[in-house]
Amino acid sequence: MTPFPGRTRRPLSPEAAAIVAAMPRLTRRTLLGTTAAAATGLALAACAPPEPPAPGGKATIDLPEDLSDQEKIINWSNWTAYLDVNEKTKKYPTLEGFMKETGIKVTYSEDIDDNDTYFAKVGPQLRAGQSIDRDLFTLTDWMAARVIREQLCQPLELAQMPNVVSNLLQPLKDVPFDPGRNYSVTWQSGFAGIGYNKNKVGRELKTLDDLWADDLKGRIVVLSEYRDTAALVMQAQGVDITSGWGKTEFENALAYIEEKIDEGYIRKVKGNSYMEDLTSGNALAGITWSGDIFILAYDTGDPSWTFAIPESGATLWSDNLMVPITSTHRRNAQQLIDYYYEPSVAAEVAAYVNYVCPVEGAQAEMEKIDPELAQSPWIFPTADFISENNIQAIRSLEPDEDSEFADMWSSRVMGN
Amino acid sequence: MSAAAHIPSSTKGEGGAQEVRAPAGSRWMAYLLLLPGLLWLGVFFVLPLVQLGAVSLQSRWPDFPGYYYPDLNWHNYVQALTDYGPHFARSFVYAGLATLFAFVLAYPLAYAMAFKAGRWRGIMMICIIAPFFTSFILRTFAWAQILSDEGWVADVLNALHLLPGGQIINTPIAVVAGLTYNFLPFMVLPIYASLERADPRVIEAGGDLYANGLTTFRTVTLPMSMPGVLAGTLLTFIPAAGDFVNMELLGPQRGKMVGNVINDQFLAIPGGYPIAAALSFTLMAAILVMVFLYVRRFGTEELV
Repeated sequence: MTPFPGRTRRPLSPEAAAIVAAMPRLTRRTLLGTTAAAATGLALAACAPPEPPAPGGKATIDLPEDLSDQEKIINWSNWTAYLDVNEKTKKYPTLEGFMKETGIKVTYSEDIDDNDTYFAKVGPQLRAGQSIDRDLFTLTDWMAARVIREQLCQPLELAQMPNVVSNLLQPLKDVPFDPGRNYSVTWQSGFAGIGYNKNKVGRELKTLDDLWADDLKGRIVVLSEYRDTAALVMQAQGVDITSGWGKTEFENALAYIEEKIDEGYIRKVKGNSYMEDLTSGNALAGITWSGDIFILAYDTGDPSWTFAIPESGATLWSDNLMVPITSTHRRNAQQLIDYYYEPSVAAEVAAYVNYVCPVEGAQAEMEKIDPELAQSPWIFPTADFISENNIQAIRSLEPDEDSEFADMWSSRVMGN
Repeated sequence: MSAAAHIPSSTKGEGGAQEVRAPAGSRWMAYLLLLPGLLWLGVFFVLPLVQLGAVSLQSRWPDFPGYYYPDLNWHNYVQALTDYGPHFARSFVYAGLATLFAFVLAYPLAYAMAFKAGRWRGIMMICIIAPFFTSFILRTFAWAQILSDEGWVADVLNALHLLPGGQIINTPIAVVAGLTYNFLPFMVLPIYASLERADPRVIEAGGDLYANGLTTFRTVTLPMSMPGVLAGTLLTFIPAAGDFVNMELLGPQRGKMVGNVINDQFLAIPGGYPIAAALSFTLMAAILVMVFLYVRRFGTEELV
């Protein structure tokens, strides 16, 4: 900014001088002021949040153009320990089979740790109609219900999925949140109960109360999904979780869990990453999902990892495959869903993940892989097994209840 | 932080006291040169900030968790402060402790690098900067494993009966240790920079004037390094107060910091955006006030 000495500016022509004089004087203050005002205007225009669908939903949903024929790809979001994997090659045998069979390249991401955190991430983008770079995601019943209600997933063409039509287990063909399964197909079902290392604990854990022992103080993890943790506590408190309970019962369960945290018994409340605490030895027992414990036993080579249904009962839930509203590869995704409903493929997955298999005929196929697993109640539970052990599905919540309970759970248990 | 920018104008050039004014044309040029920076700030700082402010006043759409409507709902701020006051306090205490520990560790390190290291200076510098080559989250995960119950650190401390609770990880101690570790380089580097610039002859002069080592340090060396100390404490305290990773990976279930609450409100609660935005704004304002008071109390003219 140092002026060049001796250099003079050429005088402006009278016309130019007049124009310059007529222009508003631009000072730093006005420049900043204008910029700020423009920014505020822009932001206010940009930040008007998207509105929910009108009551009864939109009559027609605008689906994106399906590019499945041109782009042979699928991006799939799933939970950890939820697909058969070869530890040595780090590849997924059944997925490899699908890719070979169809020529569709599948990118598999274990990026769901918890329904809420996952959907909090992708939900706003879906509502704004933006791509989330996923063609398939796996969400638990209650979250699937919310996604369907908000019209954030695509309707599926059952006619394109003959295996699903013929092999989906009868009770799963009509679920309350998706009658006729037009938007979602079950991936796996499972139980939430007590997972623990029998060797290190040194005894059997049969009830929730067994977890609160002095030698286990600070070595317990519980699930961050309140529909599992709070439900198990309610069952222990004698509540029927399938219907009739409300805020009072939920409050009681919360108070119980808070007490166990404050007294130092519960070390952490976590999503699927609780498996890290069990592996590292920070935790020896906890409220966990059934299949994870079998995978933990397999991965660590320690057969003393045990899953138990508490005497007061356990929860039963399902996770569902859905196609996000902005995906352009729905048909590819449908092919993949249909592939996993071939009984032999389903049996192969079940033999690894040890979750409840939703595919008719998989039990017969399992006989060929491992006759013992074909009798496993964790994979092929009989109706008697379910009722005798008081295994129940938690009732579905109204949206305002859902927000309220989530708030209570989060402020009192998760982040305090 | 550069001292060169603050050399009084009278020493510049031969012109002496004659005031020079840039002609209008070069002022325009100055604005033009500022434009990219201003645009950058406008798009990536002002705009998101205004958006955050707008979100912090929105209300939840009844019956549709995760949807909001524009509003002037000041109650969000009331709720943020009443429900999460202790979390703010905890964040500032942990960040303050981490800043203090980082200072205690960093000063001798920076001093040694500036005056004693000789040919080792380069290697020490690399040791301090090298951790930046891996992600901060990965390093914190590594600490989670090192400090785990069945890890050797806990084993040794337990054998010496130094751990009352029997564990290090998932305690506030682990959190403060993690914060100290993660932000230590931000303390070392500015202190080193200001010590390294100090004229050793001035320190020698302290000795010549019969001050002992401690007095020389207190009255000569420390004041000369104050700009670095000030910058270092700010660079440590501000990010540490808003950090949530250390608490998430190393901390206990109870007694979270405000960063975790914001994270939870954004990611775990259907309909938590306004509260999260209100919490973020409050945190920003609180830090701004604290920094302002701090700089006014301890600031030197050389800072900024």
